Amino acid sequence: MKLIIAAIKPFKLEEVREALTTIGVRGMMVTEIKGFGAQSGHTEIYRGAEYAVNFVPKIKLEIVVGDDLADQVVATIAKAARTDKIGDGKIFVLDVAQAVRVRTGETNDDAL
Amino acid sequence: MKMKVTIPGVAAVLAALALPAFAQEAAPAAETVVEAIAEVAGDVMDKGDVAWMMTSTLLVLFMIMPGLALFYGGLVRSKNMLSVLMQTTMITALVMVIWVFWGYSMSFGGGTSPFWGGFGKLFLTGVTMDSMAATFTDGVVIPEFVFIAFQMTFAAITCALIIGSFAERAKFSAVLLFIALWVTLVYFPIAHMVWDGAGLIFNWGALDFAGGTVVHINAGVAALIGALVIGPRIGLGKDMMAPHSMTLTLVGAGILWVGWFGFNAGSNLEANGGAGLAMINTFTATAGAILAWSALEAVMRGKASMLGAASGLVAGLVAVTPAAGSIGPVGAIVLGAIASALCYFFVAVVKNKFGYDDSLDVFGIHGIGGITGAIGTGIFTAPSLGGTGGDDFSIAGQVVIQAQAVGVTILWCGVISFILFKVIDMTIGLRVSTDDERQGLDLTTHGESAYHA
Repeated sequence: MKLIIAAIKPFKLEEVREALTTIGVRGMMVTEIKGFGAQSGHTEIYRGAEYAVNFVPKIKLEIVVGDDLADQVVATIAKAARTDKIGDGKIFVLDVAQAVRVRTGETNDDAL
Repeated sequence: MKMKVTIPGVAAVLAALALPAFAQEAAPAAETVVEAIAEVAGDVMDKGDVAWMMTSTLLVLFMIMPGLALFYGGLVRSKNMLSVLMQTTMITALVMVIWVFWGYSMSFGGGTSPFWGGFGKLFLTGVTMDSMAATFTDGVVIPEFVFIAFQMTFAAITCALIIGSFAERAKFSAVLLFIALWVTLVYFPIAHMVWDGAGLIFNWGALDFAGGTVVHINAGVAALIGALVIGPRIGLGKDMMAPHSMTLTLVGAGILWVGWFGFNAGSNLEANGGAGLAMINTFTATAGAILAWSALEAVMRGKASMLGAASGLVAGLVAVTPAAGSIGPVGAIVLGAIASALCYFFVAVVKNKFGYDDSLDVFGIHGIGGITGAIGTGIFTAPSLGGTGGDDFSIAGQVVIQAQAVGVTILWCGVISFILFKVIDMTIGLRVSTDDERQGLDLTTHGESAYHA
């Protein structure tokens, strides 16, 4: 099993979700995060006081799928989230040691 | 044109009202249902005036709760929201009690000293529901309790204004102790000096319709001293200290504007043309100020912000406060714009240059706006500029008097505020601990969170 972590631009979430559903992904976790990579922040001025806002809002997706689906998930996210501009995001793939479905107690691939 | 009420006239009305049923169709004139409750023979209490003054009083309370509370609250970080709301609430309650105990007496108690009103009306002794207070029209009176309540809200809001300068780091008990002492030693004497018939500044001929000196310069100067004595917030210039809710700040600003009609037009003490003038000035000065600040900001910063427009809004209201009853509506637009520009300059340039942390710009807006308005009153009251000044009105002469009033206020308030802040700092301490400041006052002082994410 693989855990895929992806940071994407917030407005791309709906597009990515739809694309993943099409290839058979049945669940995901979504978090609102702040971060930076190549895309830096901006400055804001409040009544003359300048603040450097170093972090940019992003969406983090966490998806656990079987080994057979993992590459396809990565490719799907990359295609749907891409705008060809700085700040499109990153995708990481990790190995998962165990998975459990809480309602039934099924484990590993049966839990996904 | 004032309606002249004579004793024969009143007697005639009363006689007419005493006629049997069919006389009911003889309705009195639209605005003036005249009821002669005679404390002094001939004094007239007009129900329209009383209704307006009661409404104005509520409007000023509304300015504090929740107007000012939300205006200030939205400007601080979310971890300190409740501390602002709490300080506003507690100060309001505290000052109201003090007002009834000794504040009204010290301000308007009937004492003949030019500096204070004496202790003749401690705990409002002698005041009953039949007691009347004078208005600006001879022979026209309003119930004294209404006048007391109206002035009470002024004392409360002046004190609540001060806290903005040391927001996010002040010790709650220190704030309350400071306010209790400050309102007694600064606000009451200055209110007496400026507004009471026996007052020093009143008898100089200074014009301060609704409290440019008494409320705004007073609060602004005390706030500046407080910010300087307490020191800047930890992380100023590095940490993100942007307003946590400009939405709530705008709600507060809107409430302040609406409530200010009670503040300004209510200061006329009657519902007549004078109140009408104060009302329209409260519209036009604010409009001019909003436009000026936003235009300036668009040029200087590249974008006009909601924070800027809200700041301009308040600056205009502050500036027109002393002038509302004596300048013209077009002059008010100009006064509002000038005050807005000066306040912008102070807030965006001067404050950063001198490096003091007047967190919510109490001095920058109320102090500077109040000074501009006070001096501007001396100019725009001139009949040539649309004001109500008489043929013998001298701009130069009046400006000198206004400047004297401003000077006395700044001196009296500045010196006493400094002493109070220092003494409190040396005894119970003005500031919370570094850890508490970092965690936020809501949790550490009040054991609460404003928002649960």
